[in-house]
Amino acid sequence: MSQSLNNVIQQAEQIILGKPQQIRLALTCLLARGHLLIEDLPGVGKTTLAQVLSRTLGLQFQRIQFTSDLLPADILGVSVYQRDSGEFKFHPGPIFAQMILADEVNRATPKAQSALLEAMEEHQVTIEGVTRALPPPFFVIATQNPAHQIGTFPLPESQLDRFLMRIQMGYPDAQAERGLLSGVDRREIIAKLSPQMERVELLALQKRVRAVFVSPALLDYVQAILRRTREAARYTHGLSPRAGLALLSAARAWAFLDERDAVIPEDVQAVLPGVVSHRLQAVGEYSKQNSDVLVRELIEAVAIP
Amino acid sequence: MNKSLTYGLLLSILMVIAPHADHLPLWVSSLCVGLLLWRAYLTYTGSPLPKRWLLMLITVASIGSIVISFRTLFGREVGVTLLMLLATLKLMELRAARDAMVLIYLACFIIITNFFYSQSIPTALYLLATLMVIVTAWVHLQAQRITLMPRLRIAAVLLLQALPLTLILFILFPRVQGPLWGLPQDAYASSGLDDKMSPGSLSRLSLSEAVAFRVSYPDKIPRRDQMYWRGPVLWDFDGRTWTQGRTVLTITPKFTELDQPIDYVVTLEPHNKTWLFALDMPGKISLPATLSYDFQVLNKEPVNARLRYAARSNLVYHANLQEATRQIQRALQLPKQFNPRAQQLAAEWRAGSKDDADIVRTALSYFNKQAFVYTLEPPLLGINGIDDFLFTTKQGFCEHYASAFVFLMRAANVPARVVTGYLGGEFNDIGNYYIVRQSDAHAWAEVWLADHGWVRVDPTAAIAPERVQRGLSAAVSDNAALPFMARNPPQWLRNLRLNFDTLANQWNQWVLGYDTERQFAFLTRLGMESITWQKIAMDMVAGVGLVIALFALFMLRHLFVRQPDKVQAAWLKLCQKLAKAGLPRAAHEGAQDYAARIAAARPVLADAIRDLAARYSAFRYGTLNDEHAQREFLQRATALKI
Repeated sequence: MSQSLNNVIQQAEQIILGKPQQIRLALTCLLARGHLLIEDLPGVGKTTLAQVLSRTLGLQFQRIQFTSDLLPADILGVSVYQRDSGEFKFHPGPIFAQMILADEVNRATPKAQSALLEAMEEHQVTIEGVTRALPPPFFVIATQNPAHQIGTFPLPESQLDRFLMRIQMGYPDAQAERGLLSGVDRREIIAKLSPQMERVELLALQKRVRAVFVSPALLDYVQAILRRTREAARYTHGLSPRAGLALLSAARAWAFLDERDAVIPEDVQAVLPGVVSHRLQAVGEYSKQNSDVLVRELIEAVAIP
Repeated sequence: MNKSLTYGLLLSILMVIAPHADHLPLWVSSLCVGLLLWRAYLTYTGSPLPKRWLLMLITVASIGSIVISFRTLFGREVGVTLLMLLATLKLMELRAARDAMVLIYLACFIIITNFFYSQSIPTALYLLATLMVIVTAWVHLQAQRITLMPRLRIAAVLLLQALPLTLILFILFPRVQGPLWGLPQDAYASSGLDDKMSPGSLSRLSLSEAVAFRVSYPDKIPRRDQMYWRGPVLWDFDGRTWTQGRTVLTITPKFTELDQPIDYVVTLEPHNKTWLFALDMPGKISLPATLSYDFQVLNKEPVNARLRYAARSNLVYHANLQEATRQIQRALQLPKQFNPRAQQLAAEWRAGSKDDADIVRTALSYFNKQAFVYTLEPPLLGINGIDDFLFTTKQGFCEHYASAFVFLMRAANVPARVVTGYLGGEFNDIGNYYIVRQSDAHAWAEVWLADHGWVRVDPTAAIAPERVQRGLSAAVSDNAALPFMARNPPQWLRNLRLNFDTLANQWNQWVLGYDTERQFAFLTRLGMESITWQKIAMDMVAGVGLVIALFALFMLRHLFVRQPDKVQAAWLKLCQKLAKAGLPRAAHEGAQDYAARIAAARPVLADAIRDLAARYSAFRYGTLNDEHAQREFLQRATALKI
């Protein structure tokens, strides 16, 4: 792993106290070229995480605050008639950035949501018949409030599938919170952060992640997990092949962060909650369980071959 | 070029050219050794290799020396010398991997040249070891990271894999008759009986331990004193030397059989002469050989390759009861100007005897009664050699007695001739055959009696009957002159020698002696019908192809069948061991997580188990596939004490 990646992690850990796991998962997601969904209450540091990452990684950053009256054009951009030239000139929307923070994505209407989600899937947008590529590494961190809050349009399962991972921030522990409360204002520190790597370097790292070795034995294990979700009665439906691919690429990135050139089952287990918790739904009596418990059960149910 | 690889190549070349030192001029060996030492020194000090012009100079000088030394640039010796010199000179410009490759091929080729000179078991074993060294160097060249032991193992595996191919090629490859490459001048240099005999020639031969031939008797074994192996028959005497004289075909050799014939099989070592050895008197022989008028079995051409033949002889016989007058006359001739006293003695016997048989008896009893000594080192004899021997020195070896006896017979007007050959031999009770060596060379006499034909008379038997009954070492008084093994060696040494000779005999019979005839016989026994060359060649190609295909299948087996994983088996076993110690692994628990848990529970094991888990993960889920590392893992996993 590169030194600069280490620096990124270190800096993030200094600002977001007591959440090393979340920071690593967020980086994993970025390295695996997926998008990240952070689901939690307001004020637990979702935005801070996104800001820290964009600054330290040296990425061009745009924030889109999703509201119920947000229109697709507010995200993608519009063409405006130029009086002097007599032509329409395209004004790119906030989505044309290397890193997007889509804040409170479930507060927008499905129409606006789909404009973002299609761009996430295709890494390009088509406006008025012209297809425009989005600048790599087009990385979206979306935050959403828990679905039971008022005034939300929960993302449908098909849309959730676009996110490689969903993580939860959770409350900080007592010690971390103490540090947070007694320390300097986070916003000031973030403003002072210097980029730790070039965009080119990040793209190169993403490429190296894809080269992490996956052995037949590990594929056996991943397949066993997928099979379990399809066969066990407690899930409404099993994981899709796309979920399997997502699991693999996330595990690759996790192994890479762990400085290994091959994926081991522990990597899969580490990223499994993030990758599958928003893709799995339990039926009947199990549906009341926390999604973490559900994933924990899944891990324990599948033996490592 | 890697230093240790250079040393490996140096050793390969040294080993492969070393046996040639035995038969090439001293300057060639010295030059080669000098160049090798120089190269080793350059490698040791890390100095640059000699300049190209210097190498050219040495090369040209070497070729010049070869021309001066051998007076030709063609032929076996010159070819071998050139190969040796060029191989050692090639070492001097060993720079790239390509040069090393050339050297390895060259070394393999020079291996073959060693078989021009010797094909014995020790040679074969030595060259096998050499091949091993060469292959190890080759493996080193291909994979520089591998250490010596794994390198040796790979080389050994490679050679073992070549074994089935070798076997198929050996059994099925078309055979060429005669010695290697069929060049007559390439036949073995050898010692053996000559076609003439003078005092000292047989006693000199008796010092040689070389095997003359080996005999096995499928049915009945004759008595030891009947084992007279008939070789050249000598007629003409010039006062000192007996020779065969001019071959005159006058009468068909014919003998009446007076007993049951004896069958035997002889494997004759090459001796570059035409005669084949057979027991007195030879009847049938399995080769297209002729029986001369004096009962010598003669091959069509000189025996320059090991020859195997079956023959049948009668030990009791009447040979040529009807003999041509010319032959009788020839058997009476002697140079009258020499040895007057012997002639006088013979005349006295003639006068006092009633017939020829009586004279023979008188002569034998004379030898028996007088103080004759049987010795390997008789004193020198003067111009009247027989007189000196009979009346002065009275010490001699079998050729002296045979010579004197025949002289006396002829002087007494009894037709007689000298027969040379071998007597007895050593019985190899391990291989159940007789070994007849050059030290068993013998000479005896034959006299022609009117009602018995040619009768064998062995004057040596009258002086030293032990020679006939028990062999040379029992008969001669001065043992020191005999080769060590012809004396009475300790039993274990004798057994060792017999064991080795049995092995050598099998090697001769089945490996070197595997000729067209044996090949066809063997294949017929395997159930092959109507054998032709085309068929054998096709089978050979098919067999070689099959073996290669099988190896390929074996090596690519992971494409078809997933192999049971040794590493995983060892890991699971380790997990069981830990489970027994109260630390079972949960089914879903990954190796590293498990190791971390164990390390926490049993800090003593922490390092070992973390190491093993990391290795296991690297094998199972990573790209690690090194056999050496795998063995190390297996060893550590089994060795871990809990």
